This record gives sequence, C-alpha cells and structure tokens, in this order.
Amino acid sequence: MSAPTPHLGLRDVEMRFTRPDGSGEPIHALGPIDFDLRQGEFFSVVGPSGCGKSTLLELMIGLTAPTKGRITFEGQSVSGSCPDGAGVVFQEDASFPWLTVRENIAFGLRRMQLDRHEQEARIEKALTMMGLIDFHSAYPAQLSGGMRQRVCIARTLVTEPRLILLDEPFGALDQQTRLLMGDEVLSLWRKTGATIFLITHALDEAVMLSDRIGVMSLRPGRLIDIVETHWPRDRDSRIVEDERFGQITARLWRSLRAESMKAIGKTAEAS
Amino acid sequence: MTKAGLIRLLLIVLFVLGLEGLVRVGRIDPLTMQAPHKMVQDLGAILYSGKFNKAIAKTLGNAATAFVIAITAGIAAGLVIHRLKRLRETLDPLFATYYAIPVFAFYPLLILILGLGDAPQIFIGVMLGFVAVVVNTLNGIDRVPRVLLKVARVNGMGRFETALKITLPSAAPYILTGMKFAVAYSLIGVIGAEFIMSTGGMGYEISFAYNNFDNATMYPLILIILFVSISINMLISRWEQVLLVRRGLK
Repeated sequence: MSAPTPHLGLRDVEMRFTRPDGSGEPIHALGPIDFDLRQGEFFSVVGPSGCGKSTLLELMIGLTAPTKGRITFEGQSVSGSCPDGAGVVFQEDASFPWLTVRENIAFGLRRMQLDRHEQEARIEKALTMMGLIDFHSAYPAQLSGGMRQRVCIARTLVTEPRLILLDEPFGALDQQTRLLMGDEVLSLWRKTGATIFLITHALDEAVMLSDRIGVMSLRPGRLIDIVETHWPRDRDSRIVEDERFGQITARLWRSLRAESMKAIGKTAEAS
Repeated sequence: MTKAGLIRLLLIVLFVLGLEGLVRVGRIDPLTMQAPHKMVQDLGAILYSGKFNKAIAKTLGNAATAFVIAITAGIAAGLVIHRLKRLRETLDPLFATYYAIPVFAFYPLLILILGLGDAPQIFIGVMLGFVAVVVNTLNGIDRVPRVLLKVARVNGMGRFETALKITLPSAAPYILTGMKFAVAYSLIGVIGAEFIMSTGGMGYEISFAYNNFDNATMYPLILIILFVSISINMLISRWEQVLLVRRGLK
C-alpha cells in the first residue's frame, strides 16, 4: 500500500489576534500547528474550551487567514474563500428560519452548475439519508434542535463535499441524541467516502467516531498528542463496549487533564 | 376570533354606536360632527359622484410614491450604514432625536427648493417614513445570527448576494415593522402638507370643507384616509404574523 495522500495540510500555521483596543502585544491564539488530514479519514480534535478549536476550523476553510504558515487542500493553497469540495456544519443552529427544510437543503446546491434533475435527486437522497423526508415542507422552527442540525448536515451533504468539517455540531443536543447522531455521521462517512474533521469537547464522542484524535493544548492552541484508534471502518456507537474504548479515552484524558485544569484556573498535581 | 379580538371589536362597535346616539339625541351638534350612518351615506354619495376622484388619486398616489421611496431608500441606507461602523456611531443619536424635528416647519423652504408641485409633499412623506425604516432595518440586521453570515461566506457569496439572500430575509420581520410606520408616515406627510399650502388632494379638500362647514364632504374623506391606512397596515401585519409564526415566535 502506498503512503496515504494528505487531503488537507497545515504547515507551521499560527494565528495571532490584535487586542480589541489595539494596544500591547497581539494575542497568540494558535500554533504553530503542523499536521496532515489523510484522505478519507475521520479525524477529531478535542481540547479545553478557549483553546482555539473553532479558530483552527475557520483557518482550514479560509474564513480567516493565518498570521503565519500555509494551508493546502488537495494541493491548492487555501486563502480567502472556502475551497470547492469542502463543506462545514457549525456549532450553532445555522438553518434559515425563512426557508422550508427542502429549500434550506437546496440552498448551497442552487449555486452549483447542476441540471435540475441532478439537484432534485440529491435533495431527495439527503432528505432520506437524514430522516427528514416527512418534514420536507416544514420550517426549522417546527423541528427539534437535533433535526435542525440534521437539516444543516443535509445542506452540506447535497454539495457532495470531499472534506466535511463539523464544529461541535451536537454540542447543544442531549447525550442520547448525540450518540445516535454520531452513528448517522459514521454511516454517511462510510457512504460518501469523505474526509471528516470533527471538533468536539466530548472525549467519548471523539473516541467512538474517529480514526485519529488530536489533543489541543490551552492557548496558544497546539496539537500536543495524536491518538490512533485503529477501529474498523464499519463501526457504530456500540464500539463503546470495546475494552480499548476505555483505554483510548483514558489516554486522551491524561493528555488533556492538565490543560483542562489550567483552563479552569487550577494547577495539576504532578503525577 | 380570539377573546381579546372580540372585545376589541366590541369596543369599536360601542364607540360608533355611542357616537351615533350622542348625535341623535343632540348632545353633539351636527355642525361639529355627523352621525356615523350619515358619514357612510355621504361617502357613498361622494364615491358615486366621482367628484373627488382626482383629489383621492393625487393623495393616495403621492403617499404611495413617498412610501415606496421611503422603504427602498430606507432599507438600502440601513444596509450601508450597518457596514460603516463610524457612520453608524455618528448617526445613531441623530436617529434617536429625529422625530423631535417638526418636519412641517420646513414646508415653505421645501417649496422654495422643490417648487409648487407635488414634490415637496412627497418629500415630507419620505422624510417622515425614511428614518423609521432605516432604524428598524438596522435593528433587524443587528439580530442576524453571525453563523448565517458564516454560511454565506462558506458558500462563496459576495456582499450583494449575502444582503439579498441572508441579511434581508433574516431581518424581514423588523423591516416589516418599519414598513408599517412608513405607511402611516407617508400618509401623514402627504396629507399634512396638502393641509398647509396645497391647492389639491384630500388634505386640501378636507381643509376646504372644514372652512365651509361642509361636513358632508369632510367626514367621508377622513373615513377614506382611515380606511386606506388601516387596511394597508393590517395587510402588512398579516404578513408579519405569517413570518413570526413560521419562525416560532408567535
């Protein structure tokens, strides 16, 4: 087997923000970060709150330009705008309240040069895949938070992205719904063959879903550990019963504990 | 109909009946005010004769023009001002005190600048409505969730497309509130200006009838204005209601 081709690469990426009042040293938010997303893998990032996970995602899709370093997607430099072939689902509810479920899903698709038949076929497929077919003419306000998030996932899916970035998409959902949504994400990852980059604060979610998990440090956010799970591609939330699930979660927690304690203002005991 | 709606309707009916009663028993001088049934009769006569069609067309036409200008310019200005933070900071206090300005006081000046035609009347209607639309549009744009704008950027949408497809639809309920103000203000502006120094239009005819104790003309014309203003307002409210229900806000 040949070495996996990097799908998205970050080289020496750093992010500094000028303070709101413009005074003093800029805030060093992120980096240097250096890593490759492999083609077709499921990669998750965990880290204490405020470590710059969402900033990292914004850099990866070109919403923000890094202060230093270079980001490439499929060999092309990412700068200024979201590259074609990448899709994002945000943490907050990003459904459009003035559009029906179907119109929401069609939103990004309508901007692509596709014939009407292909568009309709993709919308039907996404509605079915996300279990929204009975709600296609409903408005987001009539749906639960979990279903609204599914609308947003479907809206991203119809454009058939090769890289899907998810920024804590299940953060606002209850634990059971989150596990089930995790299963859905795994199943669409298998069906679409896309590379998935997931940001989460839930260790169990990261371990259950991912091929690899990156642990981020407190600000300035850096990747301090990358854990490989070696799960089979064909997996679901029942993987939590696997004894290695506990071991991997424990290792992540070891890496993360000190950072998280710093985040809440305590000093970790030496161990 | 809801209970509150029923009570509201009852109040209006009671008011009209009370007025009718007071005029009939002579507590209100018919020279001051006519009985409501007489107003409706006179209204029928006026519309049938077509005597005031020209005045009605002029006033409603000018008010509609003022309304359209106020909302298009108001929404466009709202979009632009929202982008320019410094300008916004400068203008916000001015907007807050704007309605303290007695716009009608400038009418003579406007005639000097814009001439004796319809223009100064329309201009006053626009001046009154415009700021209400700007303020409400800004209020609406302030409330557009940031994540929706991120979605726009991820989709590679430019400023214009974002405004058209994200910002304005998202702010629509607030813009409709501004539009309701604009309906009332454009009518007030145009009719008020006709009152002061015009030679035509419903405002002029009302004022002329008033000076000649011609209640059979004055009250029906007032009724028409009330009817037009309330109907348009109700239409926009309906629309607003639909949007709010759709968003789970009502």
